[in-house]
Amino acid sequence: MSTQRLLTLLGLTLGVLLLLVAPFWMSKYQLYVVSLWAVMSIAAIGLNLTLGYAGQVSLAQGVFVGVGAYTGAIMTTNGMPMAAALVVAVVLCFAIGWALGYPALRVQHHYLAFVTLAFSTLGYLVFRNEEWLTKGIYGIVDVPRPMLLGVQAESNLRFYFVCILSLAIVSFGVWWLIRSPWGRAFVALRENPIRALSLGVDTRRYTLMAFAIGSCLGGVAGVIYAPLVEFIDPSPFTLDLSLKLLMMVIVGGSGFFAGPYLGAAIAVLLPEVLRFTEGYYLLIYAAFVMILMIISPTGLLGILDRYLTARSTRKASAARAALSASFGDQT
Amino acid sequence: MSTLISLIVSGCATGAIYALVAIGFTLLWQTSQTINFAQGEFVMLPAFFMLAGMNMGMPFWLAILVGTAISVAILGAAFKRALVDPMLRHGALPLAIATMALSIMMKEGVKEFYGAEAQPFPSLIPAIDLHFLGATISTQSLGLLAVGVAAVLALQYLLNSTSVGRQMQATAQNPNVARILGIPVERMVMYSFIINAILVSVASVLVTPLYLAKFSSGETLGLAAFIAAIVGGFNQVRGAILGGILLGITDNLAATYISTQYRSAVPLALLIAVILFRPQGLLGTAEERTV
Repeated sequence: MSTQRLLTLLGLTLGVLLLLVAPFWMSKYQLYVVSLWAVMSIAAIGLNLTLGYAGQVSLAQGVFVGVGAYTGAIMTTNGMPMAAALVVAVVLCFAIGWALGYPALRVQHHYLAFVTLAFSTLGYLVFRNEEWLTKGIYGIVDVPRPMLLGVQAESNLRFYFVCILSLAIVSFGVWWLIRSPWGRAFVALRENPIRALSLGVDTRRYTLMAFAIGSCLGGVAGVIYAPLVEFIDPSPFTLDLSLKLLMMVIVGGSGFFAGPYLGAAIAVLLPEVLRFTEGYYLLIYAAFVMILMIISPTGLLGILDRYLTARSTRKASAARAALSASFGDQT
Repeated sequence: MSTLISLIVSGCATGAIYALVAIGFTLLWQTSQTINFAQGEFVMLPAFFMLAGMNMGMPFWLAILVGTAISVAILGAAFKRALVDPMLRHGALPLAIATMALSIMMKEGVKEFYGAEAQPFPSLIPAIDLHFLGATISTQSLGLLAVGVAAVLALQYLLNSTSVGRQMQATAQNPNVARILGIPVERMVMYSFIINAILVSVASVLVTPLYLAKFSSGETLGLAAFIAAIVGGFNQVRGAILGGILLGITDNLAATYISTQYRSAVPLALLIAVILFRPQGLLGTAEERTV
């Protein structure tokens, strides 16, 4: 187990080093792609809390990214700082996410999926039609990049570090959350809600919380997304985005901490790697997802997890065999 | 008044198509817990099989038959064998994700291999406008409604009055007991996939002349079918027809009398209301919760 922890730590350090050093040699476009990966990872981490840890299906994460992005775009183009936009977006998404949690108290599984799906489509209609607020299909142009700690994060390189830093903060926060009693309550809710209730877990409150916190992170992702692309219109926030985020979580491995990072990496970076196939990359991605679901419904990390469990079981049984053999020698 | 009548009639007609698609959707859910997110694309694809047939010089009727046969083989049998069977034991969510991927694949596949432009598609029913109480009613609408209702009645008959249908219902209600009673459960599940393939082919022939054959034309249809299925009641064939027609009419009336911008919001609001206040659907019976 300790070698495994050592390997995880080594991989993590290498990954962080790569993210910190590599950008100095990256082109403008590559910087954008990796920044986008960081943003999508944040949104997927939020969905992983709702779906992977608390077990509540949501097809509406894309709407929260939209709410965050519009809050950020509207407030910063009107001269307010990004930090204020972040606070407003978090509060707004928390409230909407909390409200969206109410159906989950009544219905589960496919019904919940459809309520959130309907909500997702409604959200898109609001973005498109409420022109007085969102400028409709014309979109909001020239979203400014923020000033942080006295440094203007205008250049792509500096904004890249804003994205990575945000991802780091969110990762640490969520890591802390799922190790806290809250995280364990979420897992209890997923594994067996009735048992959790009988053990005194306030399932009602935690179900609503799971939605609210997960949605908040969608909002955070949106606030960072707006200055990253510098132009916000309704088209990225259709139902498609929610479905893509759901696929990221499932492909990476829902309920695994590292799942969303991996899933987002595949969804965002793979198109760039497969650029040489021209139009076929979506076909390849779709085929990959289907085959993965057949081989391992728990996602990519599910494969790794199964391998590790199998190995440790083998080791344990070998140790047991050795132990009983040594007892056999003594008698 | 005359606009109202023609709106209701054309709403019923599109509703009948929604119902056909919704019935297939509920059949798959009942017999195999498959939430088919590709159901809309299942309606889009048969039209392209038929177009391909006609491009090879087949007459229209033969192209329809061949297209339906190919759909039954691919969207029915191959879909079940290759995708649903290996994933059944893992629960509904991975399978739902796989069908989402399948829907992307079908859309992209058609776009790559057939082009992104909308293709015209011949109509089975000649479009003649009839006048009734001052309202204009197209024969196409009436034809759609007639074929839709006929298909649903035939399915009702099959499910309720034939031995195979009763066995299918038993499979849907309790596969374990059905197996004990000697019903070939596997074959019954396969039948439901084949029936779904036939239903989507029929819907495809009916709807494509109106909306043209395009890779993205399944998106709205799929969503409408979900809504119709849930509004009517997920475990009732009758529910789906009610849900479909209700949805078709609401959609039409909302577009005319409320706002064109939010026309697609009205069915969604209906859906949310039904799920929150009557989750079993208008005609459905409540499913028991299992611990």
